[in-house]
Amino acid sequence: MKTIKFLSIRKFTTIMSIVLILASTFSLMSKGLNLGIDFTGGIQIEISFENAPNIENVRSNLGSGGYDDAIVQNSGSSQDLMVRIPPRDGITNKKVGEDVIGMLQASDNSVTLKSSEYISAQVGEELTEQGGLAMIFALIMIMIYIVFRFQWKFSIGAVLALIHDVMITLGIFSFFQLTFDLSVLAAILAVVGYSLNDTIVIYDRIRENFRSMRTAETLNILNSAITQTIKRTIITSSTTLLVLLSLFVFGGSSLEGFSIALIVGVLIGTYSSIFVASTSIFYLDISTTDLIPVKREEVDDGMP
Amino acid sequence: MNQYPTWKNLLVLICVIVGIGFALPNFYGEDPALMIAKENGLTFSEQEIKDIDKFLNEDNSAFKSIEGKDGDVLIRFDTVEDQIQASDKVRAFLGRFSTVALSFAPNVPGFIDALDMKPMSLGLDLRGGVYFQFQVDLDAAVQQRLDQYVTDINKELIDQRIRRTIRKEGNSIRIELVNADDFNATRRIVRELDNLLAFENVSTQSQTAVLITMTDDQLKQRRDFAIQQNILTMRNRVNELGVAEPIIQRQGLDRIVVQLPGVQDPTQAERILGATATLEFRLVCENENAFEAEEKGRAPIGCELFNDRAGTPVLLKKKAIVTGNQLIDASQSFSQGRPAVSIRLDSKGSKSMLETTKKNLNKPMAVLFVQQRQETSEQDGAFVNKTILDKEVINIATIRGIFSSQFEITGLTVFEAKDLAILLRAGALAAPIFKIEEKTVGPSLGQDNIDKGFAAILYGLMAVIVFMIMWYKGFGLIANIGLLVNLTFIVAILSMLQASLTLPGIAGIVLTVGMAVDANVLIFERIREEINNGNSPQASISAGYQKAFATITDANVTTLIASLVLFTFGTGPIKGFAITLSIGILTSLFTAIIASRAIVNLVYGGKTIEKLRI
Repeated sequence: MKTIKFLSIRKFTTIMSIVLILASTFSLMSKGLNLGIDFTGGIQIEISFENAPNIENVRSNLGSGGYDDAIVQNSGSSQDLMVRIPPRDGITNKKVGEDVIGMLQASDNSVTLKSSEYISAQVGEELTEQGGLAMIFALIMIMIYIVFRFQWKFSIGAVLALIHDVMITLGIFSFFQLTFDLSVLAAILAVVGYSLNDTIVIYDRIRENFRSMRTAETLNILNSAITQTIKRTIITSSTTLLVLLSLFVFGGSSLEGFSIALIVGVLIGTYSSIFVASTSIFYLDISTTDLIPVKREEVDDGMP
Repeated sequence: MNQYPTWKNLLVLICVIVGIGFALPNFYGEDPALMIAKENGLTFSEQEIKDIDKFLNEDNSAFKSIEGKDGDVLIRFDTVEDQIQASDKVRAFLGRFSTVALSFAPNVPGFIDALDMKPMSLGLDLRGGVYFQFQVDLDAAVQQRLDQYVTDINKELIDQRIRRTIRKEGNSIRIELVNADDFNATRRIVRELDNLLAFENVSTQSQTAVLITMTDDQLKQRRDFAIQQNILTMRNRVNELGVAEPIIQRQGLDRIVVQLPGVQDPTQAERILGATATLEFRLVCENENAFEAEEKGRAPIGCELFNDRAGTPVLLKKKAIVTGNQLIDASQSFSQGRPAVSIRLDSKGSKSMLETTKKNLNKPMAVLFVQQRQETSEQDGAFVNKTILDKEVINIATIRGIFSSQFEITGLTVFEAKDLAILLRAGALAAPIFKIEEKTVGPSLGQDNIDKGFAAILYGLMAVIVFMIMWYKGFGLIANIGLLVNLTFIVAILSMLQASLTLPGIAGIVLTVGMAVDANVLIFERIREEINNGNSPQASISAGYQKAFATITDANVTTLIASLVLFTFGTGPIKGFAITLSIGILTSLFTAIIASRAIVNLVYGGKTIEKLRI
């Protein structure tokens, strides 16, 4: 098979990745994430109408009742709505929930409540903290495993690729103001797992090639490893994307954010394991000596 | 070449058969059902079951079947609506000595039932129900214990005529002695009461004083006890409510999570779970003017001022005849057409009641309704939870006869009488609780989620199967068999563990379906490479599996690390996702490496193959 020179465009891809990460950081800092009530606390109710309601009307109806910060969006079908309201000082969540349902039922008596959720702000704060901790802890554990199984340069490359994936996925959620809830957090951690899987497969081949093609140039070794695994990368990404599309289309509104995060993450993760992970170890000057264990000679010079 | 020894083939076969066996109960579905149990572990007789059958038929209630099961009665229904309608009627028919619980009965044939195999248990988001998270006020539990110490120590000090002042200081008790010679006696009293309490001499030149503190161990013990006791009480209360398969568990240091599948009214559930209502009986201060006392804002000596439900002031004796913890049983009943509560007292309470009624015939006695209420208020920007004790006179009646352990009171609404009966039977909470999270999922949404999740798995699976056959032909078929076996294993393990399957859990399964073929893809690509390198088909198969193995392990271990972290840190939805993902990774390793190899060996092993189509 002819080796494709993937890394010949490394300058372009590196610049692109950096630009995307900077853009994501900028969006995260200026717009922030549209956090679900899992993290902010507050109430979330799902209601269903007999006839598709006009969302604007519902919004203004709630606004005139003092809930102008209510987030109203369709959930699943046009008859179903989801209403989210951040926690209020001094009023219990429950009271707010009853108020809102009362208001909606007054304007349209076909309204039925499908589900309701009340979360105190305290729980939200804890979850945010736990989520952050989980991410950091996962990255550290993975770094340790790769240092142990491969070598520290690989470890840095893999973690750079992971940070790249997580940042850009978060950036996309921030830019489009998609709801970021617990299931999206789970999806992002699953992206970490997936992208890593991809990266490891390529790294494995790179390690093997360094041992079998000792005289070849580093760039050549990296390119041939990517070429040898590219078919597998495409097939696995395709099957994963196929099931994720199925989840997005058929899984219903509560898994929408989850599937979007994974679809975006798998695409970026596939890209990053080819370009970010491999390019990083190239810039870190990976060489044959990094992978062939050096025998250390024990010298006893007889000194006390 | 490429042949498994017989034991290895057998092993794969046995694993698959066992997997199919455990997954089997899931294919039969479940019926909405009522489980009826008698109190105190008594069993239903044939005749009683027939009576219920007759009652339901005469009532024209729609139901599928009724059967006795281990002494209990199981009634199956076609729809949840039928089940809920019938549950109220059956409850009224059977009265208070049975508990009627909403549940789901697996529709499995007898032989599976006999093996006690169960289908996967569904989480709240798939079944519908209520979820609560409560915060337990552990400081209050500690303070209660300290108050108890103060009372006990003070009583002993009084008995031994030791002059002192005693008060609580944070988590300690400070005793200041008037007479320094009483120091040793005081120490002895404290030691006798509880040898583990830290006893510290904090005397100054002018003042003899001691500080008694609960040790860290004691504090921890007290807090653990409060949580355990609360969980026990809440479990009793939930049982009284008639909920099948409730989950009540501690979470973290001071939280309790309650999941009530099938319950649709969170308000009632919350009221019962968090309530602390009880009763107290007192004599009335007859010769005093209650209005005057209210005006002055001060009650005469030995009396205490209360209001009745209409707001009229009432003066009652300070000493209670019977307090809440002496009530041992209660049930809702009717007395002359009005809702009432039948009360039973323990022996101490009965004795006290007997003496009082004997001495005070034809005098009025009051029933106090005592309730703790949780109030959240804002203080300096932070929310503070406070416990408020409400005491209200619900009834004043003239003592017409002598009674002791069993009697009836009126003055409550039907709902209050019902709730109170449940609370008195289930016992008291050891520490106040505050709700911090609540979720309600309607039953139609639950079914909706099941249908959607199932559709997502089905269509995703079909897409992958078609893709694999188009790409790898015969080998794709083998990977697909592995994929189906993998799905069966996941379902089987979830059924065995009885871990609840949630919607995110289904998402985990879907993701596994997509990723599980990866191991096979790695192997097949290697085999192709080996063939392209000019190796013989048999050698290529062998080398393909061998060379891909290290890659597969490394790749899956790292993914497994990520999902284990998810499992450790995650709660609720994240945990459900992590469980199915972890199980999926492990089972896919087995199916992709061992099971698929077994099939490849059976098909190609030991034969001469000219050309391998892959």
